[in-house]
Amino acid sequence: MNWAVAQRILGLLLMIFSLTMLPPIIFSLIFNDQSWLPFVESFGFTLMAGLVLWYPMRKRRKELRLRDGFLVVASFWTVLGTAGAMPLFMADVPSMSFTDALFESMSGLTTTGATVLTGLDSLPKSILYYRQQLQWLGGMGIIVLAVAVLPMLGVGGMQLYRAETPGPVKDTKLTPRITETAKALWYVYFWFTFFCMMGYMIAGMGWFDALCHAFSTVAIGGFSTHDLSVGYFDSAAIDIVAIVFMMLAGVNFSLHFFAWRNVTIKHYLQDPEFRAYFFILLVLSSIVIVSLFVLGTYGDAYDSLLNGLFQSVSIATTTGFTTANYAAWPGALPVLLIFASFIGGCGGSTAGGIKVVRWLLIAKQGAREIVRLVHPNAEIPVKLGNNAVNFRVVDAVWGFFSVYIVVFGIMLLAMMATGLDQVTAFSAVAATLNNLGPGLGDVAAGFSTVSDIGKWISIIGMLLGRLEIFTLLVLITPTFWRH
Amino acid sequence: MKILILGAGQVGSSAAFHLSREEANEVTVVDRSADVLRELQDRLDIRTVVGHASYPDVLERAGADDMDIIVALTDSDETNMVACQVAYTVYHTPTKIARIRSADYMNARKLFTQDAIPVDVRISPEQLVCEYIEQLILYPGALQVLDFAEGRVRLVGARADQRGSLVGQKIATLKEHIPNTEGRIAAIYRDGKSLQPDGDTVIRDGDEVFFIAARQDVRVFMSEVRKLEDPVRRVVIAGGGNIGVRLALALEQTNQVKIIERNPKRAREISEQLNKAIVLVGDAADEELLLEENIDNVDVFCSLTNAEEANILSAMLAKQLGAHKVMALINRPSYAEMVESGSIDIAISPQQVTIGSLLAHVRRGDVVKVHSLRRGAAEAIEAVAHGTAEESKVVGRKIEELDLPRGTNIVTLVRGEQVVMAHHDTVIETDDHAILFMTDRRKIDKIENLFQVGVSFV
Repeated sequence: MNWAVAQRILGLLLMIFSLTMLPPIIFSLIFNDQSWLPFVESFGFTLMAGLVLWYPMRKRRKELRLRDGFLVVASFWTVLGTAGAMPLFMADVPSMSFTDALFESMSGLTTTGATVLTGLDSLPKSILYYRQQLQWLGGMGIIVLAVAVLPMLGVGGMQLYRAETPGPVKDTKLTPRITETAKALWYVYFWFTFFCMMGYMIAGMGWFDALCHAFSTVAIGGFSTHDLSVGYFDSAAIDIVAIVFMMLAGVNFSLHFFAWRNVTIKHYLQDPEFRAYFFILLVLSSIVIVSLFVLGTYGDAYDSLLNGLFQSVSIATTTGFTTANYAAWPGALPVLLIFASFIGGCGGSTAGGIKVVRWLLIAKQGAREIVRLVHPNAEIPVKLGNNAVNFRVVDAVWGFFSVYIVVFGIMLLAMMATGLDQVTAFSAVAATLNNLGPGLGDVAAGFSTVSDIGKWISIIGMLLGRLEIFTLLVLITPTFWRH
Repeated sequence: MKILILGAGQVGSSAAFHLSREEANEVTVVDRSADVLRELQDRLDIRTVVGHASYPDVLERAGADDMDIIVALTDSDETNMVACQVAYTVYHTPTKIARIRSADYMNARKLFTQDAIPVDVRISPEQLVCEYIEQLILYPGALQVLDFAEGRVRLVGARADQRGSLVGQKIATLKEHIPNTEGRIAAIYRDGKSLQPDGDTVIRDGDEVFFIAARQDVRVFMSEVRKLEDPVRRVVIAGGGNIGVRLALALEQTNQVKIIERNPKRAREISEQLNKAIVLVGDAADEELLLEENIDNVDVFCSLTNAEEANILSAMLAKQLGAHKVMALINRPSYAEMVESGSIDIAISPQQVTIGSLLAHVRRGDVVKVHSLRRGAAEAIEAVAHGTAEESKVVGRKIEELDLPRGTNIVTLVRGEQVVMAHHDTVIETDDHAILFMTDRRKIDKIENLFQVGVSFV
């Protein structure tokens, strides 16, 4: 293990993160909400912490190894959650316990969007902005950002990138240099955010709300500046902008990159994952819309269409915005939607869940077994599009899937042990592990009623979900630490 | 510079390694084996594409349409040539470099033109390695002999021993020793670390000295650093592969050459190609065979098989049995480092020999020649100073006025046919070829900037 280098990079990352405390100060001054002090303090603390870690090791220039990559990413996200919680904890309004602040910060950074706060509308603007910004940074990944701005990471940058980016196939680079790849991703991300904000403003939002919601939309986060989430605006135009950008943000960002560079949309149509993703959204929302209409939840077809579509996209991409109280919808609809969040978005997107490409591979393997029953001697590769998928990737998908289920089961039991009923516990675990946000039952609106232990379990769940379990899990295995 | 490397074999991987560690380059590597590429991508900051190197579809995926250089290094000459053709016709790649092994293709000069097979630069690692060994045999005692300015000037690396007349004395006394020759000490390595040589530096026994001299003065200069050895007469080559046979062919007229090949069929083949050299069938690590062939009288023993471990062992054995000087072909830098300080006189790294010819083409500014030294840590380059005093940062200036990074020397200037040894007050003129020695390769971009002409000169 290369402690010195890991420590140096951790220090650097913290120093970069400390800079993100500065914009809220500006917002605090603009809106004159008297909340700038906690941000200044947190900025100072985080910068100092980073400096203390970095300074003694600043001259260590060894290459980052695979293991160090895991160590840096996992420990950084843990430290990040704490550093991000600092302003929330120190602010007078809202007054939050440490657990609550950590929950909120982790929920932001992991783009979960579950909240323990109520009365958002009356909170200081700088705090509101800060929550949204956490989501935005966590969406594309602050480590990816660091790889983009710190050229000296070299191959080590690739190790970090792989440990943070979601999806089963992480070896494909957009450009030869990893820093350029990271930059390209952030460019695309940045422009998406910009267009999303413009879209919201044209649809009638004020600039502050538009900026904040753009942050949490492209990050597939789900934080809002209002208790009623997007439902607060009660505007079909805003709903549609949100639907479009949630859908786009759930697509693999390398597809966006190729579309942007080659000025063509043919990559989307050729990508099997994108097609599956689109198909799933289409089927899901059709079922929801038709059910809502037939069961008469909403009086007219228009409301059924809009709410059904919005909620389906929001939950299936694991965003977690709400325009309606979907938890109260009839029949199997609430559970169906929660199930959809297990699928989530595409690999390499900002969405959570198991990812479409993994489900696609699992489904194709199932289909392969059926063909094998009929043709026992057939050689049948698992293919995505026209390319056979390496058997190691397929194996890894199965490994991921089973670990996901096991982790889910354990967390479900733990949540129920804290006293939650089964529906609440089930949906709370799904909402955190899939980085979704709102659940059902007692956690439909937020996690404020969950006990402290329950919140800690959720915090772990969110982190596991964001780092796709293995990055975190590998650290607690003896294999990792054996020399 | 956007570089596309085709083929991730030994030469391809080492090219990817050397090129990608320079900040300015973006390297993409194409190979048929996904496993090889995965392993490579874990080590290097490059992009990889799986596929057949000459297929337009594969080149398209690798981004051939905006590449600056394509380097075809697969083991098939035909694939390399077709890849260059595709790159030229379909993607208009400006610079196309191909590895051509077969001498038949190499000699057909008319073949490589824009309207036939558009390969701008052909490199044959086998030929380069062979020429490299030839030079070492020509200058016994040298560790490295590198040509500059079409052979007018040579850079020679040699280990100092106490019988050299300059050893134990200050470099400044060189002028008194050999008044009529022009030569300069370019760099001195003592215990693996470089010294910045000046007139007061004293050369010690065991130092690795790099000096530069006009071709005719190399031998005289060599005698200053170490005792002159007798010309090489008897050469034994172990391994009748491509390189071994080429070397035998090159040497058989002037030296007594024996070549050992294990495979009887192959031995038969090469014996038909060679005229004077004796082909022996047997194992190069067979003590009996070596003794029978009077290994203790052999001047140079070169083991040049494909298996580097076998090369090391047979060279060590030959040395032990009394061969005067042994050389071994070693690919892995770590092996080379291990054996060169002890049991083997010269470790020849085909990668290091080959990479220079690639580097010359990725450098900005007019760089004619690049030689990679000391396993890639140091570099000797020949750059041309273009433009007038106003446009260029070097022309019309004295050498001491130039803003050279630490560890970099301008050793020599070649002005037309004339070789001008560089002194602190030598003024650089337009179209001078400057030969620089850099002990720290990482400063290369400073040198590139220095020799680049301002935008006005286009």
